Amino acid sequence: MERVILHSDLNNFYASVECLYHPELRDKPVVVGGDEEARHGIVLAKNQIAKAYGIKTGDVLWEARRKCPGLVSVPANFELYLKFSKKVREIYADYTDLIEPFGIDENWLDVTGSLGLYGSGENIADAIRKRVYEELGVTVSVGVSFNKIFAKLGSDMKKPNATTIITKENYPSAIWQLPASDLLYVGRSTEKKLSAMCVHTIGDLARCDVNLLHKRLGVWGIMLHRFANGEDHSPVAKREAESCIKSVGNSTTAPRDLTTPEDVKAVFYMLAESVAARLRGYGLKCTGVQIYIRDKDLISCERQAKLAFPSCLTSEIAEKAMEIFTSKYHMSKALRSIGVRGIYLVPENEACQLDMFSDQQWREKLEKAERAVDEIRDRFGYFAIQKGILLKDRKLTGINPKDDHIIFPAGYLNGKVV
Amino acid sequence: MGKKFISVTADFSEDGQVKPVRLNWENGRRFEIDRITDIRKAASLKAGGIGLRYTCMIAGKQVYLYKDQDQWFMEVND
Repeated sequence: MERVILHSDLNNFYASVECLYHPELRDKPVVVGGDEEARHGIVLAKNQIAKAYGIKTGDVLWEARRKCPGLVSVPANFELYLKFSKKVREIYADYTDLIEPFGIDENWLDVTGSLGLYGSGENIADAIRKRVYEELGVTVSVGVSFNKIFAKLGSDMKKPNATTIITKENYPSAIWQLPASDLLYVGRSTEKKLSAMCVHTIGDLARCDVNLLHKRLGVWGIMLHRFANGEDHSPVAKREAESCIKSVGNSTTAPRDLTTPEDVKAVFYMLAESVAARLRGYGLKCTGVQIYIRDKDLISCERQAKLAFPSCLTSEIAEKAMEIFTSKYHMSKALRSIGVRGIYLVPENEACQLDMFSDQQWREKLEKAERAVDEIRDRFGYFAIQKGILLKDRKLTGINPKDDHIIFPAGYLNGKVV
Repeated sequence: MGKKFISVTADFSEDGQVKPVRLNWENGRRFEIDRITDIRKAASLKAGGIGLRYTCMIAGKQVYLYKDQDQWFMEVND
């Protein structure tokens, strides 16, 4: 039986929520921006009016103001956005239990099993749009198709507040003329490679020789070829936002550039503390650590390594991050942002292989100490207790990454190439 | 149009339902709610917010009263 998949995308999400709460801003160009003082001053979201001025997500705020002199910039309120994201998902849950989040503002829904109750995919999409607008005052664009990839394409085609249907019959005429970069997983570098092969549109990709694509792009080439031909059979995962955790990471753009390994170490400790606390909160441990580095010229890279034991300890995660940093990265330029991520997660009570030389009792003590810190922080606030290393430069490390940064988009492929 | 948070006297039933009974206006005036004709989740574009919307009849007039978590608000003319 042909599946009916919806992809629902909240339009200009952050900006729409802000405009809902500030009626006086609705007829003005509005962006939601990061904190400029802390050098996070980029556009996180913009409303339709700001969009018309050519303002893009990721623009630096002064750049955006130059494009549009009367621009209103409001600070982000992630707690409120999470509340809306949850409420929108509650509406989806009236139509299906197969809901897979993709970031805070996008979800796939498999409504195949609800068609008997609610009619066609289009009916459900329209009902969802109507309810989201009436109950929450924001709009969604919905793509309806027979697979996830085309549903996502559809939700991008008509905005705001629209339903787009891509069927098995009409997809060549509906989407093959679109640029290949519109397809999920065709990023800048893939686009460049495709372009060199004279593959510019999704249609070019669909008609391209699959062996050639394999040769140039590896298994991704085969996957993209299948996507372009509508052969995506990946299921919509039945899961809650919380249970789809594949990794736990925090990153930050430092208030000033990091110039020495000591700076880097302090920030790694600050981030690792949050990663470790969150892992404990989820009842997980990581068996690998990944670091993310972006220098002042905005060139970034990621490196990772395995841990000796599954861990949720700040010191082990931070020291591993530092070890990766010193062994795999040559610090020739000042760094602008860095991140730490716990990867290859396992349940915290899973049995693990010990060795003869490490002091497990000491590790257990450390874990107890860190859990005590979590409790103190729950009761008296994040800054009630801090590591000494974080007091050296309070401006650099005086943030609470655990609560200040809470957006965790879910991966589509779950780390696997299908 | 603006948003006005107001003090409300409400009835809490044994099954957890909440029904507003009276609006307590800031100058001491009180407005009894004669009837509630509709309860639904709704956004207020005029006031700017979301919540559970009670359509109330007060002295023959229809008024929307919103409950957002533990706060009550109304749409008012500035």
